[in-house]
Amino acid sequence: MEKTDKAVLMQGNEAIARGAVDAGINFFAGYPITPSTEITEFMSRELTKRGGVFLQMEDEIASIAAIIGASLAGAKSMTATSGPGISLMAEGIGYAKMIEQPCVVVNVMRGGPSTGLPTQPSQADIQQSRWASHGDAPAIVLYPASVLECYELTIRAVNLAEKYRTCVILLSDAMLGHMREPITMPDLNNVQIIDRIKPTIPPEWYKHYPDNPKYRAPLASFGDGYRFHVTGLAHDALGFPTTRPDEIKIMAERLNNKILQNHKDLVQVEIFGDEDARVAIFAAGITARAAKAAIKTAQQHGKKMLLVRPLTIWPFPDEAVTKYLSDKRMIIIPELSQGQLSHEVKRVLGVSKKTRRIVELQKVTGELISPEEILNSSREAH
Amino acid sequence: MTTKPKISFKKEVRLSGSGGQGLLTVGLILAEAATSEGLNVTQTQSYGAASRGGSSRADVIISNQPIYYPEATRFDALVALTQESCDKFLPSLGENGILIVDTVFVKNYNVTDQKVFALPFTMIAMEQLGSALPTNILALSFLVYATEIVSEKALKAAITNFKPQFAESNLKAMKLAKKLVAEYDLPMQE
Repeated sequence: MEKTDKAVLMQGNEAIARGAVDAGINFFAGYPITPSTEITEFMSRELTKRGGVFLQMEDEIASIAAIIGASLAGAKSMTATSGPGISLMAEGIGYAKMIEQPCVVVNVMRGGPSTGLPTQPSQADIQQSRWASHGDAPAIVLYPASVLECYELTIRAVNLAEKYRTCVILLSDAMLGHMREPITMPDLNNVQIIDRIKPTIPPEWYKHYPDNPKYRAPLASFGDGYRFHVTGLAHDALGFPTTRPDEIKIMAERLNNKILQNHKDLVQVEIFGDEDARVAIFAAGITARAAKAAIKTAQQHGKKMLLVRPLTIWPFPDEAVTKYLSDKRMIIIPELSQGQLSHEVKRVLGVSKKTRRIVELQKVTGELISPEEILNSSREAH
Repeated sequence: MTTKPKISFKKEVRLSGSGGQGLLTVGLILAEAATSEGLNVTQTQSYGAASRGGSSRADVIISNQPIYYPEATRFDALVALTQESCDKFLPSLGENGILIVDTVFVKNYNVTDQKVFALPFTMIAMEQLGSALPTNILALSFLVYATEIVSEKALKAAITNFKPQFAESNLKAMKLAKKLVAEYDLPMQE
């Protein structure tokens, strides 16, 4: 998009699509589903104009397979869907993680399970985004809370996929996806775009899965002249199937460690409000906006409140939860699910006790949690 | 350069009716108009799974301050194009809010102190614009002229830029709304 200082009104889904294009996504395959369809529509219009490839597939299984295949051939690839589509993509997401091939999957969350509430927001895929596939492999999952952040975090998702050679999931929700806000497009010259590292060594030395302590391994594409094998089976450094425990151990630890040991690079948290407040809110995405409104109202009445908002859902921001929430008298956790976020906060802090109350404010009716509901929860603490 | 008022303000508008009446469209146009005036805006929507029928609404919040919660909760203005939407949302109209109803579909509305503009918008559109299609633009323009929530210039630009092939008929609807507001006799307020 042309750089302009003037704010333009943009929808969350469009901001994701523009972020994708600006991050260098040049291959998109998808199957339209409410409330993510605008992303697919935008890509169908814009990507081909820029020399990219757009494919409307027969379903979501084919979509994830197509973007993994395109990535193997060197493309920066992405798909977008909602809950039912993610369920179908689960196998492919695990495959991309296993073969360590960069790609991005957008999940604009709607009510579930099954067909659920197609047009209404939900945050009930938080745990699914972590555990979608069978087997042990951590996830990188981001969740914006504004239209501008939809743009910014999409670029970040593409960058992290390329950097860590994995499938990154970007969460949004039906409200954020269809919401419009004015945004000023950032100057692309100031935006960092990360491309995968290409091998420069002679082909006979190339290992597709080297044991690299920094986990930033060069990645050859099909056609580059480097030989490698790709399989969902447990594999050795060249990509060939193995059942040797020593080789499996290296592979399994790499999948885990490349994410867990780069926690600092991956985790982003916003702190909003008063750090010395006794009452804190932990909320993500669209629900965090109600939390901010509640904090502003509380402040007008001379009361202090703090919001801790994860922009990175996975890996979970354990350190920030401990740092900012350990000493709070009350922690309100509003979410559009039946405890998927609060489960994690309780894992980090422990359950309620005399000196600390955890208030779980949950709604799964397709409506948002309002600032008033959060304020009502906080009332007894003040 | 426009000078912004120093006092903070926030206006919440809900445009409601049934699917197919073009409420999301006018929500978008109002949001575009406010954006062009350099204001903060959020426009959100709620609709059913069907493209026609079912309840549909668009919220537009306009402020010179950051807008956190994006849904309208206490409306400064409510446009209701069906009885169902009027019944559902009227209780959340603010004390000094204004209600705009299409009397072709809305027969009952009990307000306390709020101002009401009740006109058969659909009928007027059919008779004077030759089609019921621009009813949404007629109602939105009426809202803008009655409240001055955005400037006439900003509204005109937003209508013109939205699907240029319909600009001519939509601008006619806008012009007609100006006349309707000027001629409207508000019942005497206490």
